[in-house]
Amino acid sequence: MLKTTSRFLLACAVLAWSLNSLAQSLPPYNPVTDARLQNPEASNWLMYRGSYDSHGYSSLDQINTDNVDELRPVWSFSTGLREGHQAPPIVNDGYMYVSTPQNHIIALDARSGDMIWRYIRFLPDDLQQLHPTNRGVALYGDRVYLATVDAYLVSLDALTGEVIWEVEVEDYNSGYYMTMAPLVADGKVMVGVSGGELGIRGFVEAFDAMSGEPAWKTFTIPAPGELGSESWPGDTWKTGGVPVWITGSYDPELNLAYWGTGNGGPWMGDTRPGDNLYATSVIALDVSTGELKSHHQYHWNDSWDWDEVSAPLLIDFERDGNTITGMVHPARNGYLWFLERQAAAINFVDAMPYVYQDVFTSIDPVSGRPEYDMSKKPGTGYEASFCPSLWGGKDWPPAAFNPQSRLLFIPANDNVCSTMIGEEIQYRAGRSYIGRGRSDNGGFFVRPGTNHVGELQAWNVDTGERVWTATFESQNWGPVLATAGELVFMGGTNDRYFRAFDASTGEILWQQRTNSGITGVPVTYTLDGKQYVAVQSGWGVDAQREQNLLNMVKGENHYVPQGGVIWVFALPD
Amino acid sequence: MTVSRRGKRAGTRVGNDTERRGIGQTVSRRTVFKLGLLGGIGLPLSALGQPADRMRPQPGDRLVFEEGPNQGELVRPELLELNQKPVSALAQDPETEVLRDGSRLNRVMITRIDVDAMGERYRDNVAAGVVAYSAVCTHTGCDVIDWDAKALNMACPCHESQFDIYEGGKVVGGPAPRPLAMLPLELVDGVVLVAAVFRGRVGFTQQF
Repeated sequence: MLKTTSRFLLACAVLAWSLNSLAQSLPPYNPVTDARLQNPEASNWLMYRGSYDSHGYSSLDQINTDNVDELRPVWSFSTGLREGHQAPPIVNDGYMYVSTPQNHIIALDARSGDMIWRYIRFLPDDLQQLHPTNRGVALYGDRVYLATVDAYLVSLDALTGEVIWEVEVEDYNSGYYMTMAPLVADGKVMVGVSGGELGIRGFVEAFDAMSGEPAWKTFTIPAPGELGSESWPGDTWKTGGVPVWITGSYDPELNLAYWGTGNGGPWMGDTRPGDNLYATSVIALDVSTGELKSHHQYHWNDSWDWDEVSAPLLIDFERDGNTITGMVHPARNGYLWFLERQAAAINFVDAMPYVYQDVFTSIDPVSGRPEYDMSKKPGTGYEASFCPSLWGGKDWPPAAFNPQSRLLFIPANDNVCSTMIGEEIQYRAGRSYIGRGRSDNGGFFVRPGTNHVGELQAWNVDTGERVWTATFESQNWGPVLATAGELVFMGGTNDRYFRAFDASTGEILWQQRTNSGITGVPVTYTLDGKQYVAVQSGWGVDAQREQNLLNMVKGENHYVPQGGVIWVFALPD
Repeated sequence: MTVSRRGKRAGTRVGNDTERRGIGQTVSRRTVFKLGLLGGIGLPLSALGQPADRMRPQPGDRLVFEEGPNQGELVRPELLELNQKPVSALAQDPETEVLRDGSRLNRVMITRIDVDAMGERYRDNVAAGVVAYSAVCTHTGCDVIDWDAKALNMACPCHESQFDIYEGGKVVGGPAPRPLAMLPLELVDGVVLVAAVFRGRVGFTQQF
């Protein structure tokens, strides 16, 4: 194996050698400062969602509803890897950084598509990858940051790719791993950990961006004696899951980072009776100290695998003639949540289902706490069916918000449901700690009488009403990009298309068939004043799992090829 | 600088950590020189000695139940029911009694099958109906702990790969690229022993 690896490395090295002269024509690297992160220029895409408020929005409008049908590929780059290519191409003044499954980073000349350097991580042979993916790098100063699937945080030189330092965030042998793009703010690099299916105790940890020294670490499950610990019986807090695996939003004025948290483990709520704080919640952490300032739990004692890890979009919205400093979260539990954010509190405003949801019977108008139809709540030895499926109304793929038109764009899945039964499970470090038994048809079904699964929904955040819905027979795992050109970009379907939608109607204005299915986060930026759109195509992970189940229940054999390619599009000159 | 909180430099290949092949590599012009220099002295260190608990199951090893009602006991055919959900087991050096639990790649899933219904080419690997497959999925390395009792397939909970235990661990569903590695067994004095090293490569293969 060692010999094989060396051979591959050598092959790559030769490729870099032949391209090296091109690298010398690159512009000087523009260091990423706190000021730039707080007010990112439209010409770049400096972080996971483009800006701290997680809007996934660009004010660029050269590509717009009038000309998007002329959009064409400019260059592409094969990653040579399989599985879920979910990361956004991160762009800083001509430099593009793309992370891939298996924790490679490819640094490219954004103009030419030439490779500048490539970081290849050698993952341990005994690693298990429940989610073979990575969701992006972070930039700060002249560094690139990567959170790895073997639970390390790596800091690299943005120009050369040399590793400056790396720290072990946790022990992968105990089930910890990372897939998120780190969040950089206030001189710190923050990461959360995955492993909710492996008996971890979730946390967010911050490191000094320059030295890598740990700054603070805040667990998502309180220890005995801490506020909220009464919601975990016995020792369940030690292995209760509650991972954090999507990049948080950040409010620089309050210096608070807002993180979504995953479900408790094992999956069946009856193994951990109680609300299980701060599972399936949004938590506000003080970036200076890590102190948990406030939280809102979307639903208590989860039994459905409805992680609420997507960070809420920081959106100020209107209600009854007032402007609310708010947050909006299209939840995996199928409800669209509107919250108010304050320095020391998160307040419930309202919530409404955006897909068919048959579990909640009511929501308390003051606290936002849902009540359940308990026949829809699976338990140990009790099989129950529920909608939406365990992947929820929206899983991790991020929604986007256009602050001009006031529309929120949700990549949703409707009409698919799950059946689950719990079985007893014993905790063993690093092993599956799900406790789900087997149900017929993989515990998955399509609601009879329905004709589609995937949706792209547009909601007006001020009226709380849905404006339009585009539907797809396929499931939808497409992250969304919104632009001032009144466009919405998204892939996500099993037919491999990348599409541009009219943001005011949902009409498809342009589409390009790609090598694989698209579950990557699309971005836009300019080079020399010209607008580009970039996305990774590379199907895998849960999009593929859902395809397997859809094939099973529909008796079909729909095939989505795998293999990652970075695509870059622009209008003709 | 590599910082490990377990007092171990994770990027360094040490005697008791042979599975970790170094932590990362950036390919650039400078790396070409490094690789050129190192190319001549690269040794497959994994071939050097490693602790007994990390070694894969060796011929002559006994098998010990790792879970279930017989946890800790030696595996004997009568302790397994026909076509039962596989349970995990570990190899044990019969002389030193060292349990080979130092790596999850050593773990096997065992059950008892109807040998007459098995593909002929695999029957020699079975000891009085007891069959053992690697517990680690060939797709992305998850534990293959699920069981389809109707189809008699082992299944991986991560990505739904399915393996036919009657056909040498052949992939019959899901994304796994290769069969599960099979551990040949034999029966000696009523006890199940390892007859040979794994047939096939254990675990997933790093791409690229």
